[in-house]
Amino acid sequence: MQNEKTPKDLAAIAYTLRRNVVEMIGVGKAGHLGGSSSLAEVVATLYFRKMRFNPKAIHDPDRDRFVLSKGHAVLVQYAALVELGVIPREELYKVKTIDGMLQGHPDMVRTPGIEAVTGSLGQGLSIAVGMALGFKIDRRTSRVYVVMGDGEQSEGQLWEAAMAAARYKVDNLTGILDRNRVQATGPTKDIFDIPNLEEKWAAFGWNVIAVDGHDTSALLGAFDAVEQVKGRPSLIIANTVKGKGVSFAENSAAFHNGSFTEEQYRKALSEIDEARSALSGSTGGRG
Amino acid sequence: MAVKNLREAYGQALLTLGKEHSEVVALEADLRNSTRSLLFFGEFPERYFEMGIAEQNMTSTAAGLALAGKIPFVHSFAVFSAGRAYDQLRNSICIPNLKVRICGSSAGLSDFGDGKTHQAVEDMAIMRALPNMTVLCPADAIEVGKMMERVVDWPGPVYLRINRNDLPFVTSESEPYQIGKMTRLRDGSDAAIFACGVMVSRALEAAEKLAAEGISVRVVNASTIKPFDAKAAIEHSRGVRAIVTAEEHSIIGGLGSCVVEALRRVAHAPIEFVGIPDSFGLSAENYDLLLERFGLTADAIARAVKGLLAQ
Repeated sequence: MQNEKTPKDLAAIAYTLRRNVVEMIGVGKAGHLGGSSSLAEVVATLYFRKMRFNPKAIHDPDRDRFVLSKGHAVLVQYAALVELGVIPREELYKVKTIDGMLQGHPDMVRTPGIEAVTGSLGQGLSIAVGMALGFKIDRRTSRVYVVMGDGEQSEGQLWEAAMAAARYKVDNLTGILDRNRVQATGPTKDIFDIPNLEEKWAAFGWNVIAVDGHDTSALLGAFDAVEQVKGRPSLIIANTVKGKGVSFAENSAAFHNGSFTEEQYRKALSEIDEARSALSGSTGGRG
Repeated sequence: MAVKNLREAYGQALLTLGKEHSEVVALEADLRNSTRSLLFFGEFPERYFEMGIAEQNMTSTAAGLALAGKIPFVHSFAVFSAGRAYDQLRNSICIPNLKVRICGSSAGLSDFGDGKTHQAVEDMAIMRALPNMTVLCPADAIEVGKMMERVVDWPGPVYLRINRNDLPFVTSESEPYQIGKMTRLRDGSDAAIFACGVMVSRALEAAEKLAAEGISVRVVNASTIKPFDAKAAIEHSRGVRAIVTAEEHSIIGGLGSCVVEALRRVAHAPIEFVGIPDSFGLSAENYDLLLERFGLTADAIARAVKGLLAQ
């Protein structure tokens, strides 16, 4: 079990995760900065406070599960697993290299702490529903957290899964929609606009809450609140900024899977370090 | 010859597995009467998930159930099990090598009335191309039962190709069965026929006809398409002057391809394929008529043998 981190601690940890993400991308190599950065507070809040997840017992059958349906954002999950000591830190610098353990998309076969194979978009919610159904059969109290993207909302399979989750009342599942409003090719409103997401999910039988996805206090409140909702699944729509924390990458499709110049890399790190020190107080992992 | 329905045998075997293994669960896409998963549903409703007509979600949900420690059996028609949910099988199940069992029911041309959209002519080819996937094509109801007993503990995902119709018994209860092995049902010295599924009975019939003409034919039931027993295929191909493969599947990528792949590094007799030419199926008033239209008959197999021997 984690120490009780305060929302402020979690906010600082989110910046530590962002730093790791930027370091993984490095100079002159591509990496999914945008969708990883937008998720940093969600991941920090889940792994460092909310989830039942013991880094020393990662196969405990009663652990909570984190399924990253938008698998391309896996860098931020690696960042958290490194800070928790599940993945050795030196692996960060070998990400996407041929003998490394960190693949371009989540691979449970190769990477400890990864719970499923995702990245072909639209499948993570179904996998999470299956896990949640399995836990119900066994009367386990594990919860399943599954993160989807807003670009991913156009995958039909998500809506099949949404119906199934409501049909089987999987209230041990929490969906998180990382609404950063930018997909690979550009702003979602220009590429494939899906209006009224709150209403759509509600119409499919889900309990829906929208919060500021960079406010760890609001996220924590939302995670606690949905746990009390029985008889239907819950979705937390996290309103976020793609590339959050790196000024020139914010709201930019170029950094969906972009690369840094040497100068950009230094600037990204210094902005992140500055934001992190502004959030004075303890930090997770490296201070 | 006594016959039994393969779907019924499957449904009964699944029910038995349900009684013996509490971790067995079943998922269905609105075809429980056809796939016969309804037998399991009747006994274990709390371990049965009707997922609606949504094969993609059903398939990835099965991955999640496997990750939660269950052994899921996923049901639909073969054309949808293997085709509609291909990417889900590939990514959610085969990459992590999960113990999910995929029932491709009404496989091949066996859903004779429903036509092209419901007839899986390419399912074995696409399933066997998937790393980690095991592909099984039982010849009769007895083999379905034995296969199901073995399949429950088999590592990784398994695709089971189940015929819709009554098929004659060609295997015996007493014969040992192992996934990954092929069985010689009849010995002969002039030609070898490798067959799977419904074509095993046709191959035996062909061997009988050829024997009357003085041609001695060996018949092998190759019910495991993957992992294919290449060593046995080489063994059974030794000494003959003709090799014929017979399958209710496209001649591209199925049993014929398996045999040629297995023999590629040894000298061997000429090989002919009896299978569905590169084409989709067709609606027909009965199964036999459809098999005949596509050349999947004992006579066609006998002609193929004689053709090679005459070369």
